[in-house]
Amino acid sequence: MTDALYDRAPGEASTSPEAERTTMSTEFGIYTIGLVLALLLTAISFWVANTSMIWAAGIPIGLVVLAIAQMGVHLVFFLHITTAPDNTNNVLALAFGVFIVILVVAGSLWITTNLNENLMLSPELMNLQMQR
Amino acid sequence: MNVAVAIHDVKQDAFAPASEAGPAPKRIVAAFGFWIFLLSDIVMFSALFAAYAVLSHATAGGPTAVQLFSQTNVAVETACLLVSSYTCGIMSLAINARRRAATYLYALLTFLLGAAFLALEVREFADMVAIGAAPQRSAFLSSFFTLVGCHGLHVAAGLVWLTVMMAQVAVLGFRASVLRRLLCFALFWHALDIIWVWLFTAVYLIGVQS
Repeated sequence: MTDALYDRAPGEASTSPEAERTTMSTEFGIYTIGLVLALLLTAISFWVANTSMIWAAGIPIGLVVLAIAQMGVHLVFFLHITTAPDNTNNVLALAFGVFIVILVVAGSLWITTNLNENLMLSPELMNLQMQR
Repeated sequence: MNVAVAIHDVKQDAFAPASEAGPAPKRIVAAFGFWIFLLSDIVMFSALFAAYAVLSHATAGGPTAVQLFSQTNVAVETACLLVSSYTCGIMSLAINARRRAATYLYALLTFLLGAAFLALEVREFADMVAIGAAPQRSAFLSSFFTLVGCHGLHVAAGLVWLTVMMAQVAVLGFRASVLRRLLCFALFWHALDIIWVWLFTAVYLIGVQS
């Protein structure tokens, strides 16, 4: 198999169609596990958002953690991203994407929070711009 | 001709490392390129997410997130999109097994679930505009409609793409170029799901916490 020498295409479970056919029921099971886990994590997210059993200030952090977990479930079970050597290119591209996303989101929030604190207008003026 | 076949056979048997194996097959190159595009698309979404996070309290005295969002609606939308991602995965399996009927069936299910998601979202938008919560009302609503609407546009584009792909399967059959496009479509559809996970978490669940 020359195919085995190459990197794996993102989203592809295995490189050869023949191997795919033999493991089709396994593949089906992987997608099903992914769906069950994703639905479970979604249900927990909605429960966490509405419950009073958790300290209110901790809820956003809990929701972010659940979203990260669900993203992991999607990547592993639906997009077949693994740590195998033939997947290195896909994982590196993903890691770079995540790095940029964190820079953009966290950086924007950090900068604007700082601006809001340091350039706070008087409340009357503030009401023209923002309702906080 | 015989020589060419012999050389081909030698190539098959030789076990060279990836760096000496020559250019990768077009399938891998195309899918990797599409993966890079998807990541850049996600980076674009991150800018919209950042804008929403910054402006989510800038309601200018208009309706707030708590007053506008219905969690049951979002839960049904999420279920539609998750299950459509699953049927899309099963469709990929049917394609790999070259089963035409199963491919059409799961493509149809994927399409219907995606269309249901889109219908719910359009209805939500229409209801919001009807009570005066239009994009021009406040910075919060502008960023909300941009972010959620952009995801909705991606889903709509995905539905069109799926229809085109089924027409290609019907006319051209499972040839290499069609298989490549189907692989890219599956990547696109699963990536949209990841964006939606962040969307319902950031906008509909964290957004309504006081």
